[in-house]
Amino acid sequence: MATKEGEGEVKKIVTEEEKTFAKNFNIMDLADIPTGLPPHLQLQRTRVLCKNDAPIHTASVVYSGAYNGVGVDNSVKLENFSENFKVDVIEISNDGMELTFDMIGIDAASYNVFFFVFTMQLPTMAFEKVFIANNTSIVQDEVLAQRMGLVPIAADPKLFEYLSENDQPNEKNTIVFKLHAKCAKGEGRKKVLTKELIWLPKGSELVKESGDPNSKPKTYTSVSRSQEESFPEFTDNPITPSYPDILIAKLGPGHEIELEAHAVKGIGKTHAKWLPVATAWYRMLPEVILLREVEDEDTERLVEACPEKVFDIEDMGNGRKRATVAWPRNCTLCRQCVRENYGEEVKIEGIQREKWIENVALRRVKNHFIFLLFAFLSVKIESTGSLPPDVLFTEAVKILEDKCERVIANLS
Amino acid sequence: MEHGSFTNDSDASFTLAEEDHTLANAVRFMLNQDPRVTLAGYSIPHPSLECVNVRVQTTGDPAREVLKDACQELMLMNRHVRSVFDKAVSEFKVEQARLAAEEEEKKKAEEEAIKKQRDLLASMDIESD
Repeated sequence: MATKEGEGEVKKIVTEEEKTFAKNFNIMDLADIPTGLPPHLQLQRTRVLCKNDAPIHTASVVYSGAYNGVGVDNSVKLENFSENFKVDVIEISNDGMELTFDMIGIDAASYNVFFFVFTMQLPTMAFEKVFIANNTSIVQDEVLAQRMGLVPIAADPKLFEYLSENDQPNEKNTIVFKLHAKCAKGEGRKKVLTKELIWLPKGSELVKESGDPNSKPKTYTSVSRSQEESFPEFTDNPITPSYPDILIAKLGPGHEIELEAHAVKGIGKTHAKWLPVATAWYRMLPEVILLREVEDEDTERLVEACPEKVFDIEDMGNGRKRATVAWPRNCTLCRQCVRENYGEEVKIEGIQREKWIENVALRRVKNHFIFLLFAFLSVKIESTGSLPPDVLFTEAVKILEDKCERVIANLS
Repeated sequence: MEHGSFTNDSDASFTLAEEDHTLANAVRFMLNQDPRVTLAGYSIPHPSLECVNVRVQTTGDPAREVLKDACQELMLMNRHVRSVFDKAVSEFKVEQARLAAEEEEKKKAEEEAIKKQRDLLASMDIESD
């Protein structure tokens, strides 16, 4: 377009198309503009950085409006969660009692909740009352009772009801076991193992003392039907402790123990004897990143430093070696690889060695948890109604759902 | 139990009886994720008393509705977790069973091969005799 002298501007014809395009144009739509959080903020949000002295950025950024200044929505909607959530089972042991799995895409708060419910709110059966008729062993009554309480019992707690203070103990809420062990004079020391505990399906055999000599003798449980009949699971499968070889007491010659123990349903929160698991722990997935190429002499030092064999040497040909991260999962964050004076030779010429902490970055992924569960053997393998860890986990989540429902019901 | 005001229902404190960190932390987390919420927190007044105070402040919506929605979402999230977990465990077990079956087949094949070799050697010996 020709410009006349004196006129400052060039006249342009603007079409309708261009007008709408200009109105709808958003600079963030361009292909090469990065969306989402800037990388350093994303690092802070999703990783725990483990420095030499202490980890930083450990708190998870939960508030939905935390990144409003940068224009990023931090809220987690249910659809996004459902898409991103994954569970990877790593290992189930042969007897099904040990379970290792990964949970990806869930936050520490939610994860901790499952853990809480799993250990403290899941019911199991354990001895609560121990009626000691005769105890001449060197183990005191109360110590014996405490030991009995810790013995795990292989019975599915779902079949039983809770026993409260006002209830009578009956076949629906109590399991009765008897123990009668004797060591005759002249014998050596005898071990009392849990396999000597005998199940009494018809209830207690100990008679309560009552002042009236004519009334029918009452026992400590009011059992109307034998448990063998009322629970089909136990008809041919007597209830036993989970492991037959747990040592309860030791008897010298002439000592005797005669007792009856009643097991009831309870949760781990009340007392640790009702914990359903032997070990349950979780950790965040460790991430080990080499920030710069570690070559030649340094590779030896790095590979030797790590006690968990996280690093490995890669031959690049020409006699040159390079270190790579082979099994980051094994990292326990012992920080040996970034410790300053581990196996270092003193450099005489005064060349400043770069600090190891700048070469290796130890991090933990905040959304990725490794969970290990090891449960007590709850029922013998042949019978039904077993409670391996995966079933326990499902039960725990159900309990949490019930709690939520209760709150919702109360609010409405 | 809700402690709020009659005029402004966007801010309220709730007392949940017979609860502890288990539910309170989870609910607090879900509340924080909701964009309608400006403040969400919980406290336990005394560890011997089994009760939790949850404080919710929103941008206008009634606090009780927001809390209900958070609990709903928590429930749905739990259901999803449960289903994904069950599926993963059953798939893993199927995979393990399949691998175990494959290994057994391999072993059988090897044993058969060894047997055949032995028979062959035995027959060769007989012939040489």
